[in-house]
Amino acid sequence: MSDMLWAAILGMLVVTYVVRASFIVFGQKLRFPPAVVQALSHVPVAVLTAIVVPEAIAPGGHVNLSFSNPYLFGTLVAALVAWKSRNTLAAVLVSFVVFGAMRWLA
Amino acid sequence: MSDRFSAAFAGLRDTIPLTVGTTPFAVIFGTLVVSAGLPPEAALALSAIVFAGSAQFISINLISGGAALPVIWLTTLVINLRHALYSAAVQPVTKNWPLPWRVLGAFWLTDECFAVFERRLQTVGERDALPYYLGSTISFYLNWVGWTAVGAYLGNRIPGVATLGLDFAMIATFAAMIAPQLRSLTPVAVAATAGSVAWMAQGLPYKLGLMLAALAGVVVGMLLDSRRRRLVVEEGV
Repeated sequence: MSDMLWAAILGMLVVTYVVRASFIVFGQKLRFPPAVVQALSHVPVAVLTAIVVPEAIAPGGHVNLSFSNPYLFGTLVAALVAWKSRNTLAAVLVSFVVFGAMRWLA
Repeated sequence: MSDRFSAAFAGLRDTIPLTVGTTPFAVIFGTLVVSAGLPPEAALALSAIVFAGSAQFISINLISGGAALPVIWLTTLVINLRHALYSAAVQPVTKNWPLPWRVLGAFWLTDECFAVFERRLQTVGERDALPYYLGSTISFYLNWVGWTAVGAYLGNRIPGVATLGLDFAMIATFAAMIAPQLRSLTPVAVAATAGSVAWMAQGLPYKLGLMLAALAGVVVGMLLDSRRRRLVVEEGV
């Protein structure tokens, strides 16, 4: 593996470990301001949406907003099934079948 | 001794639904790393030494997309900050553990094992909490690393795996994780903001658009929160 890859992974280890160890290892001297806790609650939705949207509307860097874009259509199917059923795995499987069918037919 | 052993076994057993549930994602992750053009060792290293599911998935996208190191690290930090809340929540129990176990145990703190451990503390209490926690986390960890290796092996063996569209699995998984939360105004506004900014900022180098979009989403969320607090105060609730 390249040095760049090792640097990326080791850096990820450090930030992840420091966060996990914060209270367990360093004890009760730490306190979270309520505003930070509040802000954190929005992070998952914000980050994940920011990743999904460009990948879905422009797979491979080319914007395609039509339903002939299997990434866009499949993502909408995954979101809809998950919204209805609250079952992540089922949603992924259903959307993958739809995605595969669209690519195979295209 | 046998009490400790049975507590460790109970930890393993109570975690099984989550261990099984995350297995397909471990396989997909391993395959995805290889299909993104990264070496199989990278998949193993990420699972074995970072051990943070969603951050691992996102890092594939960032690393193969040529993101700058600070963007990769900062994104990982932001995504994993929630673990500090778990760390704080278990601290009253873990403070009685010997330091080496606290240092090691912190590494294995995940969403899944935290949920299992919390439940144990609420139902059984603090008795044999350490062996229970280790039984839960170590079995979960080994399963995650093992199936990542299987995925990476398959990715390496199956010809043309890069063209199978496996990258869609990550997008679908994230979409399926977000969607169920979109049932009230604030999360919908957060998602809409982050999504639009990400779209508009797509051309920015080093994947900076991701940070910008996430930040915009969080700011909108906080503005809506403070507006709601003001309304509550005005109505005198």
